Amino acid sequence: MKRIYVNEEWCLGCHLCEYECMYANSGLDQMFKLKGRLNQFIPRIKVEGEDGNAIHFAVNCRHCTNAICVKSCIAGALSKDEGGVVRIDKNKCVGCYTCVLVCPFGAIMPAPDGKAAQKCALCTDNGFGEPNCVKNCPNNAIVYEER
Amino acid sequence: MKYVIIGNSIAATACIEGIRSVDKKGEITVISAENYPVYGRPLISYCLLGRVKRENMNYRPADFYDKNGVKVLYSRRAEKIDAANKKVVLDGGEEISYDKLLVSTGSRPFVPPMQGLESVENKYSFMTMDDMLALEKALSPDKDVLVIGAGLIGLKCVEGILDRVKSVTVVDLADRIMPSVLDKEGGEMVQKGLEKKGVRFILSDSAEKFEKNVAYLKNSKQKMPFDILVVAVGVRANTELVKDAGGEVNRGIVVDKGMHTSLADVYAAGDCAEGFDSSIGSNRVLALLPNAYFQGNIAGVNMAGGIALHLDAIPMNAIGFFDTHVLTAGVYEGEVLSDITSDHYKKLFIKDGCLVGFILINDFLRAGIYTSLIRAKTPLSEVDFNLLSEEPQLLAFSKDVRKQKLAREV
Repeated sequence: MKRIYVNEEWCLGCHLCEYECMYANSGLDQMFKLKGRLNQFIPRIKVEGEDGNAIHFAVNCRHCTNAICVKSCIAGALSKDEGGVVRIDKNKCVGCYTCVLVCPFGAIMPAPDGKAAQKCALCTDNGFGEPNCVKNCPNNAIVYEER
Repeated sequence: MKYVIIGNSIAATACIEGIRSVDKKGEITVISAENYPVYGRPLISYCLLGRVKRENMNYRPADFYDKNGVKVLYSRRAEKIDAANKKVVLDGGEEISYDKLLVSTGSRPFVPPMQGLESVENKYSFMTMDDMLALEKALSPDKDVLVIGAGLIGLKCVEGILDRVKSVTVVDLADRIMPSVLDKEGGEMVQKGLEKKGVRFILSDSAEKFEKNVAYLKNSKQKMPFDILVVAVGVRANTELVKDAGGEVNRGIVVDKGMHTSLADVYAAGDCAEGFDSSIGSNRVLALLPNAYFQGNIAGVNMAGGIALHLDAIPMNAIGFFDTHVLTAGVYEGEVLSDITSDHYKKLFIKDGCLVGFILINDFLRAGIYTSLIRAKTPLSEVDFNLLSEEPQLLAFSKDVRKQKLAREV
């Protein structure tokens, strides 16, 4: 399956992917409308490395072949679909954060309401179709491809 | 190949998925004492809390059994395993033969002898859907509830019912709450949070006797009237079937790393099993939902002729009470790194050059990076532990390791 892969050599740590992720999952029709409302959204991608650091890279769900989050979910809210995408069913998630406890990449985080977890589904769950973070990365520091 | 699974909870489901990853055709029969398709047992408190609807509690989609060619015998109990003839005897005497058998019978509430308990009206356990539905019927805003037991089950029950009754009092013989999960300081922080919500705790005490719905406490000599009693003192593994069949049983059914019991072609997984815990280097019951899945899945693969071993089991808990979230893993031994404020709590435990455990309260983002270090027993000399101790991050790994994690399929 196509996944998001990281080229950390090319990541400036600009955090644009985080904003593009928030926008893609916000339901808003224009990105600038996030202004003043950033506290209502949490990106599903995380840029590591503080400003000034020599190393930066962006981490989101790896859609692991043998996903430990799916095996550990107490609600059956996490599943792997036929295409290999690890998905979370908001109606089933109770926000216990067992997935946060087990994800070795730190790629699952609480949703903004604090009552459920959220994660990247490669923008297949928000109408964008293809990962918006990758599409808008100016340096190809994240790519979406088969490897 | 004929597979029979006794029990129909998480380990059973994982076993079905494990079998089907290897054998698409073999006949699978599940003996389910409960009259429900598999549901997440820990969800019962969230259902009372209103966090999840009853219809969303199913652990797998409605077509799960059909899709996997599984026959489920609902409301049936296995009475006996005839290991010599490879048969399971059901209630009513019917026999089912097996080539490979999984025992995933779970655990049951332990109710210590308490004088007069039989005279109590409206007393409940809190482990199953039926327990939850029965308790829910008794709840109303004018009821005083007494919960015996300040462990995970008792306190999750408290969270579920607190806003639906007049008062909740928790009594426990231990001097702190959740002693199996939290250290003393961590327990105090969680206890304070619950007290702020209105829960009353009476610790280091026990109910000496009951006279109908009045409890007499042993140490504080209090006389406590109540309307509803929840007994959540602890659980006992359901080991009898294997024990009576001559299999090795300790506190749980003894299994090796492939989930084989001492009986040929009989496997065990989940809360009934005592498997290898890598955090202590020996067997013990780890009655935790993720562990039930891991074990059941490994059992299924092995039953179907594949090869799988459980080498990295550790205790792990993610448990929340209202807005307080507790994530823990491993053992609490060795050197301690603490970062504690009035509303955050973080302890990392380091021993023999490895991270061996942690307790995180309200400071748990990306905790799985810590958990993975414990499970893999990664030497801390291979990572930048100064960075890691600040917060879990992949930056702490070497560039090569990061490449393996982020630049290829995992």
